Amino acid sequence: MAAASAPADSWAIELEKINKRFGAVHANKDIDLKVRRGTIHGIVGENGAGKSTLMSILYGFYTADSGTIRVNGEVAHITDSRHALALGIGMVHQHFMLVDNFSVLENVVLGAEDSGFIKPSLDRARRELDQLEREYELEVDPDAIIEDISVGQQQRVEILKALYRGAETLILDEPTGVLTPKEADDLFRVLETLRAQGKTVILITHKLREIMAITDYVSVMRQGEMVDTLKTSETNPEQLAELMVGRRVLLRVEKGPANPGKTLLEVQNLTVADDMGVVRVKDVSFSVRAGEIVGIAGVSGNGQSELLEAITGMRDQKSGKVLLNGNEMHLRGDDGAARARAGGLAHVPEDRQRMGLVTQFAEWENSILGYHNSPEYGGALLDIAAVKKQAAERIATFDVRPANINLKSSLFSGGNQQKIVLAREMERNPDVLVVGQPTRGVDIGAIEFIHNQIIKMRDAGKAILLVSVELDEIRSLADRILVMFDGTIVGEADPATATEGELGLMMAGIANKEAAE
Amino acid sequence: MKFSTLTKAIAGGVALSAVLTGAALADPAVIYDLGGKFDKSFNEAAFNGAEAWKAETGGNYMDLELQNDAQREQALRRFAGQGANPIVMAGFMWTAALEAVAPEFPDTNFVVIDTVVDQPNVQSILFDEHTGSFLVGALAALKSESGTLGFVGGMDVPLIHKFYCGYAQGAKAVNADATLIESYTGTTPAAWNDPVTAGELAKAAMDQGADIVFAAAGGSGLGVLQAMADAGEYSIGVDSNQNYLHPGSVLTSMLKRVDVAVQTAMTEAADDATFKPGLTVLGLAEEGVGYSVDEHNQDLITDEMMATVDDLKAKIIAGEIEVHDYTTDSTCPV
Amino acid sequence: MSALRPLPRWADVVLLPLLNLLLAFVVSGLVVLMIGQNPLVAMQAIVVGAFGNGFNIGYTLYYATNFVFTGLAVAVAAHAGLFNIGGNGQAYIAGLGVATVALALDQTHWLIVAPLAFLAAAFMGGLWAFIPGWLQAKRGSHVVITTIMFNFIASAIMVYMLNRVFKPANIMGPESRTFAEGGRLPKLGEFFGPFQHTPVNLSIFVALVALVAVYVLIWHTKFGYALRTLGFNPTASRYAGISNSKTIMITMTLSGALAGMVALNEVMGVQNRLVLDFVADAGFVGIAVALMGRNHPIGIGLAALLFGALYQGGNELQYVVPGLTREMVVIIQALVILFTGAMEGLFRPGLQRTLMLLSPEQKAEAVARGTVKSES
Repeated sequence: MAAASAPADSWAIELEKINKRFGAVHANKDIDLKVRRGTIHGIVGENGAGKSTLMSILYGFYTADSGTIRVNGEVAHITDSRHALALGIGMVHQHFMLVDNFSVLENVVLGAEDSGFIKPSLDRARRELDQLEREYELEVDPDAIIEDISVGQQQRVEILKALYRGAETLILDEPTGVLTPKEADDLFRVLETLRAQGKTVILITHKLREIMAITDYVSVMRQGEMVDTLKTSETNPEQLAELMVGRRVLLRVEKGPANPGKTLLEVQNLTVADDMGVVRVKDVSFSVRAGEIVGIAGVSGNGQSELLEAITGMRDQKSGKVLLNGNEMHLRGDDGAARARAGGLAHVPEDRQRMGLVTQFAEWENSILGYHNSPEYGGALLDIAAVKKQAAERIATFDVRPANINLKSSLFSGGNQQKIVLAREMERNPDVLVVGQPTRGVDIGAIEFIHNQIIKMRDAGKAILLVSVELDEIRSLADRILVMFDGTIVGEADPATATEGELGLMMAGIANKEAAE
Repeated sequence: MKFSTLTKAIAGGVALSAVLTGAALADPAVIYDLGGKFDKSFNEAAFNGAEAWKAETGGNYMDLELQNDAQREQALRRFAGQGANPIVMAGFMWTAALEAVAPEFPDTNFVVIDTVVDQPNVQSILFDEHTGSFLVGALAALKSESGTLGFVGGMDVPLIHKFYCGYAQGAKAVNADATLIESYTGTTPAAWNDPVTAGELAKAAMDQGADIVFAAAGGSGLGVLQAMADAGEYSIGVDSNQNYLHPGSVLTSMLKRVDVAVQTAMTEAADDATFKPGLTVLGLAEEGVGYSVDEHNQDLITDEMMATVDDLKAKIIAGEIEVHDYTTDSTCPV
Repeated sequence: MSALRPLPRWADVVLLPLLNLLLAFVVSGLVVLMIGQNPLVAMQAIVVGAFGNGFNIGYTLYYATNFVFTGLAVAVAAHAGLFNIGGNGQAYIAGLGVATVALALDQTHWLIVAPLAFLAAAFMGGLWAFIPGWLQAKRGSHVVITTIMFNFIASAIMVYMLNRVFKPANIMGPESRTFAEGGRLPKLGEFFGPFQHTPVNLSIFVALVALVAVYVLIWHTKFGYALRTLGFNPTASRYAGISNSKTIMITMTLSGALAGMVALNEVMGVQNRLVLDFVADAGFVGIAVALMGRNHPIGIGLAALLFGALYQGGNELQYVVPGLTREMVVIIQALVILFTGAMEGLFRPGLQRTLMLLSPEQKAEAVARGTVKSES
């Protein structure tokens, strides 16, 4: 490899033969990793591959059982995160560590004050922050309150926090998971600026597109081992996916043409408000026919969640109608979801851990969530034997691992949790399937399975409404694409002909294709 | 077969535990009411009586302060079960508990003060509070400059109305124009232990012109005595001799000799020969009620006042003056 | 990131409560030592006082009966994510129902009065919890606040009712007349000699049935399934089409009805009349019982027995240890509740660490689980 011949002083981080065991689980096996100074270095791998453990060792959360860490060529024994910071290693966590009702400035200073009095620290921080912002084009209003600014801006605050503490190497853990495509692009520009200024960035992600777009080098991990480190320009997504999973993976979804039948789901003039009373869905109308997948594309937070919740009876609509199979559904009231299900609508929710599952329940208990009142599971008393028998059958059909219906649901991986939800919602043969973010936080291997299941449902003549913020997913699955912006449907596109650029413009609120052209 | 073995084993346990807990058989027991042993009033009078009995006879006794109303039967059974005799309790709240427990222990003698329980092994002791209150009412009317007299009762029950009614009759007897202000601290047993509210009521009475306030409120009365002393006015204590609490401010105390009753009962009821089941009423003649004069208040009471009150007392004993008892018909003539 | 694994079940259910109890006894012992008495004598007095003979066991069981009811009341609500702190008020108001039935029908037979009193207690206690439940479900007023306020309202109502409605003219204190034979639940002492003269009565069987019924309700009925879903995750229950508002109201009503059973035990079984404060804070002890019993009927049954023993044994202290005033008894009982109930987590981290050091294999498995969880 070209990297190996570089002079020693150009390595920002060198990890050698790092081992970390948690009892029987060998989370990191003889990991070698060298990160060149002034580059963006990606680390990819499926959930549980050991990425987070490795970075936690580097950042001082865990201590390695054996192995050597060198920072700037010198051996370091990193004992805690304060120590890591002193060595110039900063970390931006997936979940931000900010105080919501403090200002940006206060959050930056928090924990790095000069003395017992806050004022001198704040004054100094204001000057330095100003300089950092100009240097790295990280514009944030230092006096804004955290809860008032966007998620993307909050992430900038996290980066500023690390830089303010003198970070030379920045670790970002799944930084785009919470961002809109535009915000993600902004983040990448910032990372490029950081690289140009000589900083080193380690990017942990599972999105291969991001790896290809921004990184210089990429390391692939699988089951606790470092599989390979490649120059990004010399590889491609298919190769990376194969290295991650250990077998060939189809990244394109294979599907035949749609045969739309009669209209099964019809939404007329639907208007929905959020918990604060702000109208998030404005007079939306559309329909989904049997045997087709309608995808709703849009940047997160443009009313898709509220639309889904209103159609599935989880949120009261302000006005409008939802028709299932031609019958108007009365979904108001806090048990609206039960009426929607009774009408033949199944719902795979956007957030399986918050809605689709009770994570404290055993698998078999979750296998009837929403359908528990069905007579096949007994009368007033729950027929536990019948539920368990059915759960065992489904867990086999959907290849849920481990195949243990008595295991607590929180102990399944993201992909297997999603399979539990899919099995429950699909196996009852509903007319309409509403799916939100079907592959969020799901391993590549499971994504393939889930996509195939959705297409199988379509081919069985079901009407499928798909909402996803992953534009690639919408484009590969949907037969028709509706684009949502600011609570309204701003346009419809044919996935076969629409380009990513056209869709992107619509997602940004430019109403029709003609205007874009 | 097995059942009876178990029963025997448990019965054996009873005997064993009696030994373990070191209970001496046939010691008398005294149970105080919710106000607590050291309420400087009613319960403390009972305690003083028990201590006097101890000093006189050199014997031992057991005592207990109740935590809540629900505990009464348990306390009675506990003492009776371990052989205490007699068991003396002070307070009208004992009625139902004693009615339930007394038949369970026919060999135990019970003495209850302030209420009547009709059982063959119970002596019920009542006091003529109305006549004692009559005398302190007369004394108050003689002493008062404003002619307005206050009364702060404890719990709003007929027994305390009996105090008030006697007090009012006595006041009117020497000053027909006397104005009386009547108030009660509360309607639950907590009213015996609420000196703050009682003190506020005393201040309210002063605001309406009262310059002497009679506190018939157990532990709560301490608040009245304090409030009157703070204002430089006079108060009248109750049950025990409370003159010493605020010398020069407590005009007198309406004595209700619970201590004497307890002491006598502990002696007499210990022996079935001298035990007097049934109703005992202690009045002026028996020195069961009265008013106190000692070094703390003798300067407050002139010889003339004393002569008037002593005269009234003699007439009541002789039957020349009849003081109405509120509890007979739940009305008060004045 | 936390590397501490959850405790194994036996340690959670047995070892931890025992350690807490031990600490409670040590601290209480210091209190006894402070007044110059021998703590060992006091401990012995508590144990003998609770279990030494039939009479004491009878009293222990009588207290335990109350605590089973209030502990179950807290647990049922807790499974739905609701903290019913108003067991006291619910039990107190339920007394109105029991007393009304018993006073009206005590010339008949207890077999007629008991079922009606049971229903009346459940109805009144349930009503007193339904209102806070309704306020929570429909108006968002937190049940912790409203139930504790309803304790005070109940208190005031009962003083009024006792003084103005139930008190006969010939009784001084605020209490109803004593029920005739037909209005009393038979005491166990009538059938079983050693329990003679103790208040433990037939309602202890109601408590045993309630333990089983709550178990079935929570883990074997569809309503219990909905209730637990709500308790774990209100968003998921809305997703599942479970009416959260209805579930809250029904659960609170059930919880209040369970607390109301205290009135059956106390009013119809023991006092045989309506008296002031007959609940004697059993509602609050129920919180500690539910905490210690991990909201499971078996745990609650055992914890109620333990607290019953502490109450009965604690009362005995006064008779045995000279100089120990009623206030000190309350302090000792409160310390035990504090350490076993409110501070039950005190030893948890230490115990987790100790157990991890003791068993390396289990450590391995536990940490692995923790890692899978944090990465997914």
